[in-house]
Amino acid sequence: MARTLYDKLWDEHVVVQRDDGSALLYIDRHIVHEVTSPQAFEGLRLAGLKPWRTDSILATPDHNVPTTLAERTGGVAGISDAVSKIQVQTLDDNCNQLGITEFEINDPRQGIVHVVGPESGACLPGMTIVCGDSHTSTNGALGALAFGIGTSEVEHVLATQCVVSKKMKNMRVSINGKLGKGVTAKDVVLAVIGKIGTAGGTGFAIEFAGEVIRDMSMEGRLTVCNMAIEAGARAGLVAVDDTTIEYVKGKPFAPTEDDWRVAVDYWRSLKSDDQALFDRTIDINGAEIEPQVTWGTSPEMVLPVSACVPDPEGEDDKLKAEGIRRALGYMGLRAGQAISDIAVDRVFIGSCTNSRIEDLRAAAMVVKGKQKASSVKQALVVPGSGRVKAQAEAEGLHQIFTAAGMEWREPGCSMCLAMNADRLEDGEHCASTSNRNFEGRQGFGGRTHLVSPAMAAAAAMAGHFVDVRDFEGDIK
Amino acid sequence: MDRANVDTDLIIPKQFLKSIKRTGFGVNLFDELRYLDRGEPGMENRSRPLNPDFALNLPRYQGASILLARKNFGCGSSREHAPWAIEEFGFRAIIAPSFADIFYNNCFKNGLLPIPVPETLVSQLFNEMYAEEGYALQIDLTKQTVTTPGGQIFEFEIDVFRKHCLLEGLDEIALSLRDADAIRAYEAQRKRVCPWLFDALNSELPPA
Ligand code: SF4
Repeated sequence: MARTLYDKLWDEHVVVQRDDGSALLYIDRHIVHEVTSPQAFEGLRLAGLKPWRTDSILATPDHNVPTTLAERTGGVAGISDAVSKIQVQTLDDNCNQLGITEFEINDPRQGIVHVVGPESGACLPGMTIVCGDSHTSTNGALGALAFGIGTSEVEHVLATQCVVSKKMKNMRVSINGKLGKGVTAKDVVLAVIGKIGTAGGTGFAIEFAGEVIRDMSMEGRLTVCNMAIEAGARAGLVAVDDTTIEYVKGKPFAPTEDDWRVAVDYWRSLKSDDQALFDRTIDINGAEIEPQVTWGTSPEMVLPVSACVPDPEGEDDKLKAEGIRRALGYMGLRAGQAISDIAVDRVFIGSCTNSRIEDLRAAAMVVKGKQKASSVKQALVVPGSGRVKAQAEAEGLHQIFTAAGMEWREPGCSMCLAMNADRLEDGEHCASTSNRNFEGRQGFGGRTHLVSPAMAAAAAMAGHFVDVRDFEGDIK
Repeated sequence: MDRANVDTDLIIPKQFLKSIKRTGFGVNLFDELRYLDRGEPGMENRSRPLNPDFALNLPRYQGASILLARKNFGCGSSREHAPWAIEEFGFRAIIAPSFADIFYNNCFKNGLLPIPVPETLVSQLFNEMYAEEGYALQIDLTKQTVTTPGGQIFEFEIDVFRKHCLLEGLDEIALSLRDADAIRAYEAQRKRVCPWLFDALNSELPPA
């Protein structure tokens, strides 16, 4: 029978199929960070168990780590927030005791889990990949089955190398045609979420397909799959093709020689069969997608930069109108206000959505030779990992940013969720390349607008949102 | 919680995730809505100013054990701190039109019962609850029913295994380990077919 990519990955990993429809699913790679793991390690210890397979686990701290060089120089001991310090130290202790490979805070390979996994080759096509973090979906771009799990499940995977799971349904989102100039992977995924809503993918694994995805770089695909969870889907997927194989080739943990050849043969089969059935399909014309900006407090509250903020009066659905009203109130926006009229107080370029080298290149191209608007209090550029940082510095990108009045930081999650010192003040608007614009996400009372790196960079220079396609500058 | 898309950041803001414990989150459930000041870990919560308009602070809802909510409840992050906080606060069940997948899963691991019911029914329950102080629903997990004070009974879905685990308080890890031999056999076969999936992480030397 014809199968989807998701069906194939699922079938390949079922250890035991149970009568009630659930299955024990084998996990090839388990990525661990400091926030969702301590309780799992403790649970394991209390139960008198040891990890089933330590060589399947890769750990790195990211959520809590400070991003200023001054604070980073001192390593774990130098973290000024005492509670954060304990959490990062606890991860180190657990990994040391159990013999788990960890990229510690100042290891040049440390970074955001979902950036580190693919770039190190720890995450590969055909794998099942889990992490106690919802954006694990990012790794699906490699043609892997990757999804976030809760802490109890982290403990379960540590103890058994499996998760107990029910098969999800299949959805295919095809983005056809060609993207316009200045329109990026981030705009594509925001447009998809705008169309299907934040619960549109609930219960599904979404395969992203179509010409736009085929033409997209691996880094762009990682951005798209990263936000599958914002569309409600635990897993996002992209079929393996030459782009995937080229990307994986030569990565530090990728197979070599004979193993490489066998692996590539297998990986080539990781695509949906032509006749495969999807429970739901969505088609989107890529040529119609414009640069996107979220105006509200949910990623589905998104519009093209040329649009105006909606008016609750024009909404017939009472609950929806109430939602718009509440969001406008929180965001401090007027109904009908042009998106390009929204002034920006801070800019954040980073997060597991958009902190890879291509993202930084795109942002640097926009700011090159320009100056941050004086009304913008701070513009942070936070590379996703030590490797990204080193590459960007080798290309001189950091100098372009600092010359423009932006700050170049050490790798971590940073202002994506503001667990460390990088955060918005009450009422501030932020052009952010991250993935969630929930109330308070980037700081108490903070107002997040999700955009692409180029759009964030342009907003930093202009002081308000601008269409990067009209923005004078050297964009692709 | 009369609003749609309640996300996990709203349920338990990130500053409280710095804890390495499984407990202590209940006092900070819905922190940004519940208190008027800005919550930080380690605060004396009893002396913080409460938001008098927030449902959980109203006298009529004190001691509630069922959380009534709107669609897509628990969207956002995978943090299990969200169900930990809800459970520790005193809730045993959540009724909503729909739940985010990971959150839904996490509830069962913590003895919390999420009940998906049609949106129109949820609206009806909200209306009845607003109209009647002391409004109380009865949930029977064995029969999979919810009964309103007016005697209306509706059924809900839950999968057999999860129901079983909730009723019996089963340890999932112990259950899965009964299949340890099957896991080992699978692993051995996988090692033959895809050897690159094993031991790769130990191959790169840490930087000097
Ligand atoms: S960058 Fe943001 S979304 Fe990504 S893992 Fe870190 S906190 Fe989560």
